[in-house]
Amino acid sequence: MGKSLISGFSGGVQVAKAEDGNDAGYLLLSPTLAVMALTLAAPLALLFLYSLTRTTGPVLEGGATLAQYAEVLGREGYRALFWRSLDISAVVTLATVALAYPMAYFVAFHAGRRKFLWLIALTIPFWTSYLLRVFAWKIILGYGGVINSALISIGLISAPLEFLLYNPFSVVVTLTHAWAAFAILPIYVSLEKIDRSLLEAATDLGDGPLRRFLRITLPLSMPGVIGAALLVFVPTTGDYVTPTLVGGPQGAMIANIISVQFDRVGNWPLGAALALASMAVVGVLAMLFVAAARAAAKAAR
Amino acid sequence: MRNRGLLVYAAAYLAFLYLPVLFLPLFSFNASQYIAFPLTGFTTQWYTALFADTAMLQALSNSLKVGVVTAILSTLLGLLAAKAVTQYRLKGTGTALGFIGLPLFIPDVVLGIALLLLLAAIGFPLSLATVVLGHLCLCTPFALAVLIARFEGFDRSLEEASADLGENGWMTFWRVTFPLMLPGITASLLLTFITSFDEFLIAYFLSGTDATLPVFFWSQLRFPARLPVVLALGALILLASVVLVVLAEVVRNRGVAPDKKTIGA
Repeated sequence: MGKSLISGFSGGVQVAKAEDGNDAGYLLLSPTLAVMALTLAAPLALLFLYSLTRTTGPVLEGGATLAQYAEVLGREGYRALFWRSLDISAVVTLATVALAYPMAYFVAFHAGRRKFLWLIALTIPFWTSYLLRVFAWKIILGYGGVINSALISIGLISAPLEFLLYNPFSVVVTLTHAWAAFAILPIYVSLEKIDRSLLEAATDLGDGPLRRFLRITLPLSMPGVIGAALLVFVPTTGDYVTPTLVGGPQGAMIANIISVQFDRVGNWPLGAALALASMAVVGVLAMLFVAAARAAAKAAR
Repeated sequence: MRNRGLLVYAAAYLAFLYLPVLFLPLFSFNASQYIAFPLTGFTTQWYTALFADTAMLQALSNSLKVGVVTAILSTLLGLLAAKAVTQYRLKGTGTALGFIGLPLFIPDVVLGIALLLLLAAIGFPLSLATVVLGHLCLCTPFALAVLIARFEGFDRSLEEASADLGENGWMTFWRVTFPLMLPGITASLLLTFITSFDEFLIAYFLSGTDATLPVFFWSQLRFPARLPVVLALGALILLASVVLVVLAEVVRNRGVAPDKKTIGA
């Protein structure tokens, strides 16, 4: 599942044999494009329109204005929130990929005939509801939670530790757990694809295990690492459930402030501007990351 | 030596993945309604309460409906588009794929809110159908990615051979194309179903008064007294998915011989 998902997008599309009658091809493509136009393009266009309107007065009246963007960029609080979201996601991405790599390496090279068993075992925890998985961390880190009650019962502490929950740390821990599968699978796929004779060749030519890993395995698995990093970074910056459940006021992220504009505050134009700004920031960062990774891969060759 | 270290790491990592998840079934059998240690005793009362909870069962049925419809429609859309981009040389294929893949790079909160704005602007009432619309946007890229990968490995000469041997287009589809595509279709249905079934944020904005299961869970997390029942259903869903995944893998491994022998490095 994850395997084909990754290769589907990262491998690009190799167009098979050309066929006469391209009209039939466009006809096949059109229902999907129509649905995506209705559910993606039109809503985003409308979101953009809203972001150009004023907060007061009827929406879509009174001419376009950049006031909302000025508000987004100008207010210290929003800038800080953007930075914190990106910061948290960057740490989560780093931690998730670093923790997943050895695991994926083990499955790809050392799990032997039990490879499939390991892959199933690694994905089963992700079949529980995402909400409940996040909630489980609240049980673990909370005031009367698993860690605190365990530490109190063995007498290490006398009062519950309060720094475990409701801060950026708890958000990082929870997200690192919640998105692990999205890092393990792409890295595993890229390691699995490595031609084993290259490794034998490196050994025959006198490379030790570490040199061989650094010169062959790691560079060849970089597509998987980059894919994993994107698959974790992009959705975690926009995550709503985790910061809301375990983040507290100091762990709030972009999605919280966006949804508040539509829920409680009722300031749709500002919410629209915040949403588009966050989308743009994440999109640009993701593209920069891919470009940097590609350049690094070329330089290493 | 290196092997041993990796094995220990792998076991520790597995524990990290499983421990939090296992607290859900654990507390679903705990007698106290408070989710905290120490455990107070064994009970199955939360499971009994679960089957009497009509609101939760309604939410479960809503999620199953949305999941099934989303899975079938997004897989169908993915199938058409995957055939178009792999078997025809179309201008603008890259742009079209980039456009369809866009939701993968947009936070769910933005997708949900944008669609909500559109529906509000045209005065379309929120219902399970609007949740399906939102989930189609999210799931079609997944379906397409899975199916493109499958089509790329597809040998068109098999279809041509079937035609040469006198089968008509319909029979060729049923006897050649469909069986070959079946693993891809199954994978796509599974992936899109589970994505839709578990999706919270888009459903939260688009569901109106018909809550899906995650939306219902979310509304219950505020009330401590309701938590054990939520955990009981969570544990049952986990159990059902484990059985499903293991069955699917067993069937898959029986049906298809592994294409590559595993070689240790």
